[in-house]
Amino acid sequence: MSQKRTFRVGTGAGFSSDRLDPAIDLVKRGQLDTIIFECVGERTLAFGHRDRAADPGLGYNALLETRLRALLPLCQAHGTRLITNMGVANPDAAAQLAVRIAQELGLNGLRIAAVTGDDVRTLIHDESPLHEPSCTVAETGRSILGANAYLGTDAIIPALEEDAHVVITGRVADPSLFLAPIQHHFNWAANDWTRLGAGTLVGHLMECAAQVSGGYFADPGYKSVPNLAYVGFPIAEVCADGSAVITKLTDTGGLVSTQTVKEQMLYEVHNPTAYLTPDVTADFSTVNVSEVSADRVQVSNASGTARPDQLKVTVAFDGGYLAEAEVSYAGPGAAERATLAADIVRDRIRKVHDVHLPCRTDLVGLNAIHELEPSKDLDIRDVRLRAALRCNDRKAAEALLWEVEALLCCGPAGGGGYRGRIEPSVLTYSTFVKRDQVTPKIEILSV
Amino acid sequence: MTRIIELRQIAHARAGDKGNRSNVSVFTYKPEDFPLILTQVTAERVKLHFGHLLLGEIQRFVLPQLHGINLVMDEALGGGVNESLNLDSHGKSWSFLILSLSIELDGEAPPSSNYDN
Repeated sequence: MSQKRTFRVGTGAGFSSDRLDPAIDLVKRGQLDTIIFECVGERTLAFGHRDRAADPGLGYNALLETRLRALLPLCQAHGTRLITNMGVANPDAAAQLAVRIAQELGLNGLRIAAVTGDDVRTLIHDESPLHEPSCTVAETGRSILGANAYLGTDAIIPALEEDAHVVITGRVADPSLFLAPIQHHFNWAANDWTRLGAGTLVGHLMECAAQVSGGYFADPGYKSVPNLAYVGFPIAEVCADGSAVITKLTDTGGLVSTQTVKEQMLYEVHNPTAYLTPDVTADFSTVNVSEVSADRVQVSNASGTARPDQLKVTVAFDGGYLAEAEVSYAGPGAAERATLAADIVRDRIRKVHDVHLPCRTDLVGLNAIHELEPSKDLDIRDVRLRAALRCNDRKAAEALLWEVEALLCCGPAGGGGYRGRIEPSVLTYSTFVKRDQVTPKIEILSV
Repeated sequence: MTRIIELRQIAHARAGDKGNRSNVSVFTYKPEDFPLILTQVTAERVKLHFGHLLLGEIQRFVLPQLHGINLVMDEALGGGVNESLNLDSHGKSWSFLILSLSIELDGEAPPSSNYDN
């Protein structure tokens, strides 16, 4: 390619279960320098630890193999570097799997880096203070699944300096996955807060993939999105000053507009003047957003101040079980019959099964999500009762499913379509550790 | 005369979650409508309307150059995604609950009825 003035970074996944076809399209046609797959949330990490405890060879993203088989050959052919946190709770095992896949596909010369050091389980003890709600580890009365510090760009950049083609991490702050290759490409100093703040904005806009390019946006009659079924994943064309144009491939669905960019800019942001990452305290409050042309939106004027002194840590605990069970009522009087069924379930779970935990019942289609009072005038003809509780004792979970299923013969008239499930539950709390207690490490594996 | 419309007619929104805290950003489609949300979609108004669900403090941040506000609502998610028994444990649907707020328009010139692209 001819000399480029911008650094091109694309998003291949914005969450653990994101689509594959838009990522393939991006690498084929996007002329990308780097593609990022962001696949870790607090809960996915907790479940990763659970998987790894059951099998020491697991704990990475379930779609890792599918994604790498499709993308490693394309990335090598197009000279695109792949960075991902799909290592989740086991980056070493994920990197070894990547090596096996590359060998099988005959991708010689590939350099694969595993980034570790985020696992800080050994720093957490019974008296460690937790936040929201505030208590100590011992006071939770629960067993720890894992504890991970949010690493920043300083954990990834050494792998880029070693010319790794693939970088696989565990817990790294989401925007840092994007900022690392940008910072490395433009050689920004680690205390260039203004540019690091600007690059963090780019990472924040990109980290949820389609959420900036027309996904999670359509509202028929108010906000139209063309061809949403085939929404394209985003590309950022980043300039040396940290400003960027957010765009997508032509002939893909979705749209990039000032509206999609503004919505994503504040997604999961609280104070826009202080968006904290391990790299910088980013300031989005003065950002300008302008449409350059169709599906091309420029973002500029983000800034930042010094990074936080401490690193945030997520501590994951075993949360017992979540039990959910449902049954449907239809036709005249559906809501009244479902309401009666709900009262029966809550009554019997207490009195017959001696379970005194909160048991929630919802009438789906009526008031399930926000407990709003439905209008009396509505002629409700189709409603689904849903009952849910969380418990540490599996027997209580089974009791809930039993009671809802038993409505089929013993409950109000016309109930049908029972479904029930019991899922493991996790709890996550935050705490903080000093930076010098955390040492990121890289290991490069060559194919 | 005063006319009442739904906030959804003049603004778009997105909700996000962190623990038991929800944030909803609200942007007007047209710059000239921004004063309407500035004066009518206040933290106090949201608390008054949804106080039975939003149990904690509500803060509002204003981004005038983007014609937007960010509502940050504490103790809003029944314990958050790990603990809530709500089907929507992330509170993703809060964006459209906020968009259901009513907005009073003064004067005779109602905003354009078509806010689609």
